[in-house]
Amino acid sequence: MNEVRRVISIVVENESSVLSRVAGLFAGRGYNIETLTVAPIPSTQRSRITIATRGDERTIIQITKQLNKLIPVYEVVEHSEMVEKEMVLVKFPLSESLADIEVLCEAYNGTIVNVGVDMCIGMVADEPCRIEHFIEATTRFNPIETVRGGVVAIER
Amino acid sequence: MKMNGAQMVCEALIAEDVKTVFGYPGGAIMNVYDAIYKQDGFEHILNRHEQASVHAADGYARANGEVGVAMVTSGPGFTNAVTGLATAYMDSIPMVVISGQVPQSLLGTDGFQEIDAVGISRPCTKHNYLVRDIADLPRILKEAFHIARTGRPGPVLVDIPKDITAEEGEFIYPKSVNLPSYLKVPQAKQEDVDAAVEAILAAKKPLLYLGGGAVLSNASERIRKLAALGQLPTVETLMALGVMGAKNPLRLGMLGMHGNYASNMAMSETDLIISLGARFDDRVTGKLSEFAKYAKVIHVDIDPANIGKLVHVQYPIIGDVNDVVDMLIRGLKGKIKPSQYADWREVLARYDALYPQSFEDSDEVIKPQWVIERLGELVGEKAIITSDVGQHQMWAAQHFPFDRPRQWINSGGLGTMGFGLPAALGAKKAFPDKTVINITGDGSILMNVQELVTASEYKIPVINVILNNHFLGMVRQWQTFFYEGRYAETDLSFQPNFKALAEACHGIGYNVSTKEEFDLALKDAIEQDKVAFINIQVARFEDVLPMVPANGALNNMMLPKISNPDKGAK
Repeated sequence: MNEVRRVISIVVENESSVLSRVAGLFAGRGYNIETLTVAPIPSTQRSRITIATRGDERTIIQITKQLNKLIPVYEVVEHSEMVEKEMVLVKFPLSESLADIEVLCEAYNGTIVNVGVDMCIGMVADEPCRIEHFIEATTRFNPIETVRGGVVAIER
Repeated sequence: MKMNGAQMVCEALIAEDVKTVFGYPGGAIMNVYDAIYKQDGFEHILNRHEQASVHAADGYARANGEVGVAMVTSGPGFTNAVTGLATAYMDSIPMVVISGQVPQSLLGTDGFQEIDAVGISRPCTKHNYLVRDIADLPRILKEAFHIARTGRPGPVLVDIPKDITAEEGEFIYPKSVNLPSYLKVPQAKQEDVDAAVEAILAAKKPLLYLGGGAVLSNASERIRKLAALGQLPTVETLMALGVMGAKNPLRLGMLGMHGNYASNMAMSETDLIISLGARFDDRVTGKLSEFAKYAKVIHVDIDPANIGKLVHVQYPIIGDVNDVVDMLIRGLKGKIKPSQYADWREVLARYDALYPQSFEDSDEVIKPQWVIERLGELVGEKAIITSDVGQHQMWAAQHFPFDRPRQWINSGGLGTMGFGLPAALGAKKAFPDKTVINITGDGSILMNVQELVTASEYKIPVINVILNNHFLGMVRQWQTFFYEGRYAETDLSFQPNFKALAEACHGIGYNVSTKEEFDLALKDAIEQDKVAFINIQVARFEDVLPMVPANGALNNMMLPKISNPDKGAK
């Protein structure tokens, strides 16, 4: 069967063991987690977990059904029409041209967020495929470290 | 009312109308045991191993449908209970297990007898709790019982640190639960049922396929009505035995790996599966791509995740089986004609005549199947039958005439050896006046044999029928068929003296090597008020047949040698 990529939002009770219940369900049933992001939903007792996953159609359906069975899960949304963003931070040595790095970041709607004695840090937040391209483009500036965040998504 | 956490546990159990708790004390749960000592609202049974406590609570729940309760201490007490939790989880049995935990000041420090109970039990419980605040304890206990018994039932663990059971707090047991994120029992949609009714009326070869959910939802009476209304042929899974009743002419038998010929052929040729509380387990379907190739599927299940998990379903109905069957009956009444599937029933009757559930009896040696059939003749519907796991379990399932749901108690999903004896204790506590017989093997019985002591101490006289072939029989059978007879570590010829073992634990033992001796031993054991071992020497190399090799097509069975070709040819 054809594998598809899906982004799933899970609204959960904000309690201590809830992330392990969700992550453990994926591990135990052999589902794949590409990225996982979690944060409290402002002014509620709830949190949102956003998971990007891959699987055939039947697996994706099972994932949402199994998640719904977890007691502290309020809502599971399998995103279709969404705005999806991911963030990346890249540390460059200052031996490279700061101006060129800045131009690159700006080309991806990003910016330089920190400059030190011997390094600078660029930040980009964009769609996952654009992040891929940006990371690829940074290689010619000998990045020291690349830290990529998980996906967040909101239904349109 | 002010009281400590330990007393709250007892008060909650009493409020939930718990009559019997199975358990084993230890350091972290001692406060609760101190409170148990001071109360007289429920009885506590001291098993001799925590696994047995949980199986006993499980057997109790399976026998009477109520929530079983077990209590264990932290660390090894809890880890011993895990097999029991997993057994109940796989078969959707309502149960609450309360475990002690180290005091919160020691949590996460690798303290003495500390283990992450909530982490370990997450995949084998319906839900679990680590209590962090005495103020939460009454609510958590209330929720635990509610979650265990509603929807698709299952075991719930409540892990309570020792400082919480010592701490005082206000006890008000909630009257209801407030769990907005917990799925309510779904109400079946009328349009889904209407579509299923049309499909049944249009089918030429419909087949009722019953699973454990039919037992859990107490739907036996209505299912028998539904089957009678349309004269619908019916197959049962291992977990559904008794729902139709062995004498029911519409019941073809058990299907699956060790199902009978007619049942497996019916599933292979049906054009409409009407699945009631079954989940298309691999031991039922065999090779999925070959399974019921000509069939559309009506799948009735309380758990949406079961629907479409393994087979494609055209007519999903999410709801309680008992309610949905009532809706189906109302939809079909006046429209369905008992005669409309007569041709199909005739085909199936011919299959059944060709290869009936049978075995070749012997005068020289006792055949295990003979023991089961004889047991059926002697105790029949009066007894509750539990079993362990292996050949004896399959022979019991094939040959015992189960007449009602909850008469047959076994570990189906997890396949837990050592389940039978403690589960029998639980069943006997639920129904003290019924004869309770554990059908077991010489392998399985040793896996919780310490429960002989529990049975003797509390005068719970259950009878263990040991089909002794000096083998780990089912594994031996696979070695014969698939490993060219290399009997790696399955020869159990080195044995305890089972009769003496039972007697050493204040029970009674019988050695049986003839049919006459079996009759006498059983009669005597029923009259004695003692736990009993009936140790029967049976044919060593007997196989469980029919058999569908793992992942084989369901209609491709290894069959017993004898058959009735004359009858089938007509």
